[in-house]
Amino acid sequence: MTIARFWRETPQRYNLGGSRCSSCGSAFFPPRAVCPTCPEHRRSLGKMEPLQLSGEGEVYSFTVVHDPAEGFEMQVPYVLALVKTPEGPILTGQVVDVLPAEVHVGLRVQATFRKLREEGKSGVIHYGYKFAVAREEGREPVAPEGESVPEPRREGPRPART
Amino acid sequence: MSEEPVGIVSYGAYVPRYRIAPAEIGAVWGADGEAMGKGLGVFRKSVPAPDEDTITISTEALRQALARGRISPQSIGALYVGSESHPYAVKPTATVVAQAVGATPYLTAADFEFACKAGTAAIQTCMGLVKSRMITYGVAIGSDTSQGAPGDALEYSASAGGAAFIIGRERLLAEINATESFTTDTPDFWRREGQRYPSHGGRFTGEPAFFRHVGECGRRMMERMEMTPKDYRHVVFHQPNGKFPQRIGKTLGFTDEQMRYGLVTPYLGNTYSGAALLGLANVLDHADPGDRVLVVGYGSGAGSDAFDLTVSDRIHQFDRQGPRIQEFLDGGTPLNYALYAKFRGKIHLGGS
Ligand SMILES: [Zn+2]
Repeated sequence: MTIARFWRETPQRYNLGGSRCSSCGSAFFPPRAVCPTCPEHRRSLGKMEPLQLSGEGEVYSFTVVHDPAEGFEMQVPYVLALVKTPEGPILTGQVVDVLPAEVHVGLRVQATFRKLREEGKSGVIHYGYKFAVAREEGREPVAPEGESVPEPRREGPRPART
Repeated sequence: MSEEPVGIVSYGAYVPRYRIAPAEIGAVWGADGEAMGKGLGVFRKSVPAPDEDTITISTEALRQALARGRISPQSIGALYVGSESHPYAVKPTATVVAQAVGATPYLTAADFEFACKAGTAAIQTCMGLVKSRMITYGVAIGSDTSQGAPGDALEYSASAGGAAFIIGRERLLAEINATESFTTDTPDFWRREGQRYPSHGGRFTGEPAFFRHVGECGRRMMERMEMTPKDYRHVVFHQPNGKFPQRIGKTLGFTDEQMRYGLVTPYLGNTYSGAALLGLANVLDHADPGDRVLVVGYGSGAGSDAFDLTVSDRIHQFDRQGPRIQEFLDGGTPLNYALYAKFRGKIHLGGS
C-alpha cells in the first residue's frame, strides 16, 4: 500500500472514525460519502455525519491464519475476526494477545492500537486498530511458570498516618 | 505558596500482557536465572507483543488517561513522549500518539530523550507551559520497550510499559508543590546511534550514577520543602531493578511501607522511562486526600528529577476506569525463551 493511501485512511485506522446517515440512521465503517441504504442515494449526499466508534464489540465470526501475509510471520498462528460493534458496522481485525483456542463467537473484544505492518527495515511503520479480549471477559492473569518467588503484595493493612 | 497551582489532572498506564521469569532466561545462557532475579529483585518482566512498541504503549496509556479525566483530546496544548526506544530515529513518536488520540492538529509535540528520566523531564516541561498559561493541558508520557543484549545482565530486567500524565491547573488529583533536578555528565549507560543494544559501565552504574543523583536530588527536594522522610506517605524512586530503589530509600530514611506502592519493577521489570511513572500511578491508585508523595526519577548520562506532591480531595471521586496497576503486577501470559526471542526480534530471518 502506498504511503499516501495509508495516510489518507489514518483517521479511520487510528481512531475508528466512521459515518452515519442522518436521513436513515445507518452507520458505516469505513466512512461513506453516500448512503447505500437510502432509496435515493443522492439525497444522502452531504447528510453523512462523522461517527466515532467506541471500539467495543464482539466476535461475529473468525478464522485462524496459519499461512501468514507478508510481515505477519512472527505472529502465526493468529486470529482474524469479524467484530460486530454496538454502533452497527462489522469490522475486520486481528484479535491479539490470545490463543486461537480462547476465541469464540460472542467473545467480547475492545479495540487496541497496534503496529499493523512495517515497510521492511527502513520503511514506514503503519499503525492502526486491532482487537484485544475485553476486560469484562475477566481473564485471570497466569503467573509465569516456574516462578518460585513471593506473590505480589496484595492489599493489606495500611500504615497509621504520621 | 500563593502561586497558581499546577498538578496531575488524570493519568493512565499500559503494560503489555506477556511475562517472562529470570529462571527461563538464565536456563538459555547457562546461568542461575533464579539467583540472578533474586539478586536484582526482579521476579518477572513484561514483554511486548511483536506488534507493540513505544508508540502503541504510549497511545494506550494516554487513551486511558483521557477517558478517566473526561478530557477532550482537542484541549491538549502540548504532548511530549519520553523514551529511549522511539520506533523511528527520525520521525516523532509524539505525532503518531497525538493523531491516534485525536489531539491533532492544534498542539505542540515532541519526543524527549534522557535515558530513563525523559518522562519526568516531560512533566517538568508541561508544568512550565501550564503555569505560564501557554496551554490548558499538557501531556507527559514515559514509555519504553527496551532490550538488553542476549545473555547480558540487563536482559533479566529490561521490559516494556508506560504511563501518561495530564498536567493542568484545575481539577487536580494531586498538586505538584515543587520540582527539583540534579544533572551531571556521567557515562554510566549509553547506546551509540545504530547499535541494537545499550552498553553500560557495570558497577559504575551504581555509586557515582544512580545513588549519587537520586540521593542528592531527593535530599535537596526535602530540604527545599522543609520536609523529612517521615512527612511523606509514599515515595517513588526510579527502579532499574528491585534493589537500587530499596537501598536508596533506606539511605535517605524511608521505610518499606512508604515504598510499598511505588515499587513496581519486581513484578514488571525495568520499564525505563515508564518505571518511576508507573510507580507513581500505582501510588495514585492507592492514595488518600492529603497524602504527601515524593518522586525521584533517574536517567543515565546522568540526571535526577524530583517532585513533591500533595494528593487532593478529588482522588476519591476519580473514575479509575480500565486496568489499575495492580492488574499489571498480578501477571499475564507467561512466555518461554523461544517465544520471547521471537517476539523481541532476536531471531533473524532471511539473513537480514
Ligand atoms: Zn441513509
